[in-house]
Amino acid sequence: MSKEVEVPELGFLALIRYAWRQLTSMRTALILLMLMGVAAIPGSLIPQRITNQIAVREMFTTNPELAKWYDRFSLFDVYGSPWFSAIYILLFISLIGCVLPRSVEHYKAMRAQPPVTPKNLSRLEHHQEFAGGAETLDRATVWFKKNRFRVRIEGNSISAEKGFIRETGNLLFHLSLILILVGVSFGSLFGMRGEAIVSTGERFVNVATSYDSLSFGKLTGEKSLPTFEIKLDKFLGEYDPVTSAPKDYTAWVTITYQGSTYKKEIKVNKPLTFGNTRVYLQANGYSPVVTVRDSEGNVALQGPIPFLPQDGNLRSIGSIKVPDAEPQIGFVSSFVPTNARTTDQGAVSIFPELLDPKLLFSIWKGDLGLDSGIPQSVYRIDTSKLEKVGLGSVKPGETFTYPEGSITLEMVIPWVNLQFVDDPGKSYALIGAILAILGLLSSLYGRRRRIWVRITSGGVEVAGLAKNSAPGLDVEIEKFVSAIRGEK
Amino acid sequence: MQTTWAYISNYCVYSAMAIFTISFIAHAFETAFAVRAPEAADSTDGNLLLKTLDYKRTEKTARIATAMMILGFILLLAGIVARGISNGHVPWGNMYEFSITGALAFTGAYLAALRKYDLRWLGLFVSISVLLTLGTAITLLYRDSAPLVPALKSTWLVIHVFAAIISGGVFLLANVVAGAYLYLDRLESRGPRPAWLQRVPSLEVLDQLSYRLVAFVFPLWTFAVIAGAIWAESAWGRYWGWDPKETWAFITWVAYAAYLHARVTVGWRGRRAAWLCIFAGSTFLFNYVYVNVWGTGKHTYSGL
Repeated sequence: MSKEVEVPELGFLALIRYAWRQLTSMRTALILLMLMGVAAIPGSLIPQRITNQIAVREMFTTNPELAKWYDRFSLFDVYGSPWFSAIYILLFISLIGCVLPRSVEHYKAMRAQPPVTPKNLSRLEHHQEFAGGAETLDRATVWFKKNRFRVRIEGNSISAEKGFIRETGNLLFHLSLILILVGVSFGSLFGMRGEAIVSTGERFVNVATSYDSLSFGKLTGEKSLPTFEIKLDKFLGEYDPVTSAPKDYTAWVTITYQGSTYKKEIKVNKPLTFGNTRVYLQANGYSPVVTVRDSEGNVALQGPIPFLPQDGNLRSIGSIKVPDAEPQIGFVSSFVPTNARTTDQGAVSIFPELLDPKLLFSIWKGDLGLDSGIPQSVYRIDTSKLEKVGLGSVKPGETFTYPEGSITLEMVIPWVNLQFVDDPGKSYALIGAILAILGLLSSLYGRRRRIWVRITSGGVEVAGLAKNSAPGLDVEIEKFVSAIRGEK
Repeated sequence: MQTTWAYISNYCVYSAMAIFTISFIAHAFETAFAVRAPEAADSTDGNLLLKTLDYKRTEKTARIATAMMILGFILLLAGIVARGISNGHVPWGNMYEFSITGALAFTGAYLAALRKYDLRWLGLFVSISVLLTLGTAITLLYRDSAPLVPALKSTWLVIHVFAAIISGGVFLLANVVAGAYLYLDRLESRGPRPAWLQRVPSLEVLDQLSYRLVAFVFPLWTFAVIAGAIWAESAWGRYWGWDPKETWAFITWVAYAAYLHARVTVGWRGRRAAWLCIFAGSTFLFNYVYVNVWGTGKHTYSGL
């Protein structure tokens, strides 16, 4: 009969303890850290939904097979993907598992006395011997106190220690990283982000329906929107006459907030602030103000229509949809703020300011499909079921007439795209970041070292020890020695 | 008036290039002629490799080399200041301006380190890299002096870009030292160093030096990233958005963090540490070149 081989069985608890020890080991932390760096790379090479939605959509049309596989591995949402999250969550668990016990240990060490002076100082670095008596110990005590060493005096010797700031800084740095992560998660759970296009003269009231796009964190909702109104009085974009590069954007607004009304300016680097909510000037473009009449001269549509800029000279595309006309009319249009006087290239703008504005369009009639329930772009019209009735262009003040009616370009006004952000976690992240830098500085430049001094029958013995072989102790000991020898 | 300053700036940069060329030649001359042919005594034991070095012979050339380096630094500084006056803002708006400032930071890092360490052996390498950088900048990357786009109009431009450029200069210097370490390490594994390399410090010193440079500048890089985040919050409405530039800044940060941990906590030294240092430095360079030239995202402005 064979005896059963005894296998040392790992209990469940032991297994967990083993896994925990592995996870919190420095080696694992280091691997996870490098892994996080590597994992961040694909997100900078493959277009991401959070930064470049259009490029992602383009990829699905040009290379659908690859895009499908990319999407399966969350490669369009790298920084929210399960595998990226897994890495940083493991890293932070490992970090906490490493830092917390070390903090406790460090706290104990800070309260403990410096270790006893070693018996044989001559074996240590920076060892020196010179003649002297008991008065050197007094001088040493004074020097240590002045230089803020922690001391342990025992009979004829002093053991002194300094430089706990190194480990304090180190721990502070790692704890601040946790604070930053808390700030980031707090912001994404309780934050809000929205966008709205506002034409000159229009009023934005801060309710959910005013937004063109609006999203909330998982743990918050529409009730969190503060009450305020913004009216866009004027917008000015200044451009370089040679390069068309933008020089300055300014929006002048009238604000109604907490019962008072006042005027303010918004610039790209100067957002508005309402409590936690900030309002940014994010983009701008032009809204042609049009009046569309039917064949009997009744107004079917009147007002500003925001157009979407396509290039640096603000050539813009847009659609003017007239659902109230009979039959329904749609204008597939381009707008140029400064018309290039070439006829062969279609709509070309040569400068972003309104020097020679022109609205160009093709006119379509039929069912615009606005009631079909399928969401449509406000800038485009699906013309597949429509019939083309004409082609034309107008400058401000001009009217173009076609068999079903007419269109007048009254004027052109700018619009601005305002971005509304509430990120309640950002102050935690900022505090974390500042503490992290302070911690980093103290941990990289702090030096932990010990100095011992003992009176022997032959005279005075001095030695020192620098942890992490930090430089500079030799100079310090020299100063110390000259001080306790009374050389001043 | 503006264009006058722009011309002055360009003349300064061109003159700096000429001066750096002289410095390069002087360094090369020194490196070549400090070596003296072996004396008869040496060859008796058949060891012809052990040539002796005599720096007295080239001391004058060496001084010229360093003096030219300092002069080049001053001229380049003047060129950058003039560019700033011509622009009406700090000259950190496009890649040409980043490159010439980066070259200045790199030269500055070398000259500052030269005060403490005997680093003149590195001068040959520093002068040629600065020359190449300036040459690329003025031929391929040159853009006329122009006003800033609205997103860049902020005090944070000065703080963020300054911190990033200084960090970059020191990171690259650390890379050069780590590269020298690896090269010498290979040479020494085959036999004694050739004469012209005898002045280069020992491997341990190089190893320490590249670590010190990184440890010195890592907090500054951290600060550059954080300053960028604070600025992004006020310009773009979010402090972190995984823009390609931000992503690579993060990767660089993580790589250097890994390097520091590997050295301080795990005790990596020598070859492995040098490779990790070079890897981390390459992520910085990649960020600068790739993201600026081919990348998309919010950090690309006005051409380059």
